Amino acid sequence: MNSREITTQISKAADFLNLKKWDYGASFSNDYSVQVDKGEAKQLKASQKQILTLRVWNESNLVGITTTSDISESGIKKALNQANIASDFGNKNESTEFSPLAKDPIEAKDTKKRNPVGIKKLLTLLREAEVKLLDSHESIKSVPYNGLSESFYERVYANSDGAYRSYTKSQAALYLYARAEENNKKPRSSGSVKLGYGVEDIDIDLCIKEASNKTISHLNYSSVKTDKYLICFSPESFLTIINAFSSMFNARSILDGVSLSNKNSIGEKLSTEALNIYDDGLHEKNISSSPFDGEGTPTKRLCLINRGKIENFIHSESTARIFNTIPTGHAGLGSKVSVSPDWIVVEKSEENFDLKTSLDHTTYEGEFVYIEELNAIHAGVRASQGSFSLPFDGWLYKNGTKISIESATVAGDIKYLLKNIINIESKQEVTTSGISPHIWVDELSITGDA
Amino acid sequence: MLSSRIKSNEIVFGNCNKDLLEEIIFYGIGLGADFVEIFIENTDNSSVLAEEDFITSVSPSFGKGAGIRIFKEKKDGFVSTNDLTKHGLMRSVSQAIEMLDITDNKQRGGFNGLNRHRDYTLSKKKWIYEVPSIHEISEKLLVSTKSLKQNNKIITRKASYSRNLQEVIIASSDGTYASDIRLHQTVGLNVIASDAQYKSSGSRRFGSSGMPNEFRLWDHEKAANDVFESSMNMLYADYVDAGQMPVVLANKFGGVIFHEACGHLLETTQIERGTTPFENKLNEKIAHESVTAIDEGISEGSFGSLSVDDEGMEPEKSVLIKKGILKKFISDRAGELRTGHKRTGSGRRQNYSFAAASRMRNTYIAKGEHSKEDLINSISDGLYCKSMGGGSVGATGQFNFAVEEGYLIKNGKLTNPVKGATLIGEAKEVMPKISMCGNDLELAPGFCGSISGSVNVTVGQPHIKVDSITVGGR
Repeated sequence: MNSREITTQISKAADFLNLKKWDYGASFSNDYSVQVDKGEAKQLKASQKQILTLRVWNESNLVGITTTSDISESGIKKALNQANIASDFGNKNESTEFSPLAKDPIEAKDTKKRNPVGIKKLLTLLREAEVKLLDSHESIKSVPYNGLSESFYERVYANSDGAYRSYTKSQAALYLYARAEENNKKPRSSGSVKLGYGVEDIDIDLCIKEASNKTISHLNYSSVKTDKYLICFSPESFLTIINAFSSMFNARSILDGVSLSNKNSIGEKLSTEALNIYDDGLHEKNISSSPFDGEGTPTKRLCLINRGKIENFIHSESTARIFNTIPTGHAGLGSKVSVSPDWIVVEKSEENFDLKTSLDHTTYEGEFVYIEELNAIHAGVRASQGSFSLPFDGWLYKNGTKISIESATVAGDIKYLLKNIINIESKQEVTTSGISPHIWVDELSITGDA
Repeated sequence: MLSSRIKSNEIVFGNCNKDLLEEIIFYGIGLGADFVEIFIENTDNSSVLAEEDFITSVSPSFGKGAGIRIFKEKKDGFVSTNDLTKHGLMRSVSQAIEMLDITDNKQRGGFNGLNRHRDYTLSKKKWIYEVPSIHEISEKLLVSTKSLKQNNKIITRKASYSRNLQEVIIASSDGTYASDIRLHQTVGLNVIASDAQYKSSGSRRFGSSGMPNEFRLWDHEKAANDVFESSMNMLYADYVDAGQMPVVLANKFGGVIFHEACGHLLETTQIERGTTPFENKLNEKIAHESVTAIDEGISEGSFGSLSVDDEGMEPEKSVLIKKGILKKFISDRAGELRTGHKRTGSGRRQNYSFAAASRMRNTYIAKGEHSKEDLINSISDGLYCKSMGGGSVGATGQFNFAVEEGYLIKNGKLTNPVKGATLIGEAKEVMPKISMCGNDLELAPGFCGSISGSVNVTVGQPHIKVDSITVGGR
């Protein structure tokens, strides 16, 4: 069945069950991926997936939901029945409605349609990439984590009020994670990821170069002394920490009491006036952009921090109603609707008078720790409390030289971190999760074993 | 309840009977595959969330799918699909054959038909009718959140339940033909406590495999008291001072240290990648002589238990480390093929959309002879880790995990609670430093994410002492 037929099927079945109000989200995808090991194909994968999430409202306007991978006629009927049964347990204290924006025009990016290149081509490209990466430096002995994939998918939202949205997209991804070994030294490992709408969009040579350079740069390593340091966050690591604490902007988390913000936090000063943060799912560099969210609300650019102050929260339909505002296009589709950011854009505002602009990670000769990549976010972040203690890959810069840090953690508090931003470099860099410049923070605790 | 029933040894998931499975395997072998494996799944899951004194989410889900894997020499092609028709399954075989570039149609593997059906569902079919209803679950969760309301500093109270009921059938060209029903239930309690600028959280999780009645027997009042006490103890805790120090790790979920620091590195997937420091260390000493570590498929009722693995093999009890000596790796079919280590019944996957890989099951450090007090008394200045959070291990064997509830040890006694600790280290270096094991082994449920998705596991240990480890803090 295609998505139009599914909509018709649901409508007919709902009529039969006397269910007047329903909506659904669906995704249909075909994925292909390869891995290699020293020139040989290791695992080649293909998958065809379909997933349907269906909500119904009962006569008391309580919502029930079911998710299924069975989109046959009988599967759809069963899903409607289960959702109807689940609606007896719908949340009586917080109602859910259709998004008032579910029929608004959407802005779909004009991307060139890509066709599958096929497993054999993927394999050839990845084999070549592995060889080049192994040849790039004598210390690189293997590429233990690698993969090249392409996906083709359709996303759909429709409801009984006549809303219907659908878009199709493609996406490709390459990751290369090299492992370097030298005599009498511990192995070192690092990598790079590149995304594109299709395989032909991926800069494979750049991915190889980045994976190689990052891995090699860590060969000479040393322990770092436990102390407080001036820190420079790479764009990637700063985006990681902002995303880890995005519950600060999340209206659902605020209502649930698990956010550092509260209903009255709009306008609260979090950082230097030089900091702006947006969520911009439709950004031209966001390969994974979606023109609408799980409830059919159009995706849009939203300012989260404006000159250091909280400007907006991200909302679903129900949280927006509670906050007396409009949905922002960040909702999922669930029994209890979650919200999450799409693509964070960090930038320096025009109010940059309080920054120490002499701090530039390419030229600064004083002592600082450069945090390239933060690890184990799931284990080391207490989002509801604001604290973090995270292992990282990075360097100690001192007197114009840099040495890779063997093993260490950075710990602190997100509000302290934001308040102690002392420079935002001018140049923004595009990563796989957003855009950010390098960010300098004064005095964070680093634990090493020296 | 499950939409389909296993009505006999022959009829599974509607039209997927033995004849059809054999036909599909013959088809793959006939096209030139060395080996063909079919994994078919039917699921019926539910989750329920109670917040404060209300049910705020009930989410049932159901589905079906197949994962078909074809081996040619040491490489494999894996295709997953929701299409369980004969046409859909045949098409998946063809796609895998094509991916592996098998073009000569010369028969490589052999297939003499499926063996006698090993039906592990026979004693479990009653589960389907004994699983608690949504009504029963909801009522118990609401009673649980009420139990959590113990003072005005508790600002959020949550209780959650999740049930995963999975029917599987596994058939492969070596004759394997097995069916199973798996039931996993988890229930958890979470609170956040707050007082002015202070905040803390507490959580406990209970989990079981099989035994639908376990949820009914869950002692929610004890769990609520534990969570409340933990959150209150940590509410005014100072941040731990960072540095190298001896630590005592509590039993039960303290076993995550072995899981992350060593267990993952004993999976054959790590040998295949060349990312384990233990690759050539079989029968060599890799840990302190006080350490004996076991990974077993069946520990009565434990969360990681399985009657049959996802490749159709009955899981064995594997002594991984015996008195510090490495004895065995955790292996699956691909691991055996590519590394030579015999399968241990450890081929596991989250669902049909993942190919099985070597994964831990119920993994624990065996009990020693010391009391918990012996361990603490032996430390003049260190850290007691009572409750652990999650962790991870990297491509070079570096591991980390978070301490949720910790206390300083001063002169052999537990003193102030401390927060914000992260333990980091390298497996090769920390294993020899586990110098004392307590006599109070206990197991705890958890979820492990890795190459073949998220699978339910058990971690465990008695109290253990690590002579020195890096504690990240402030």
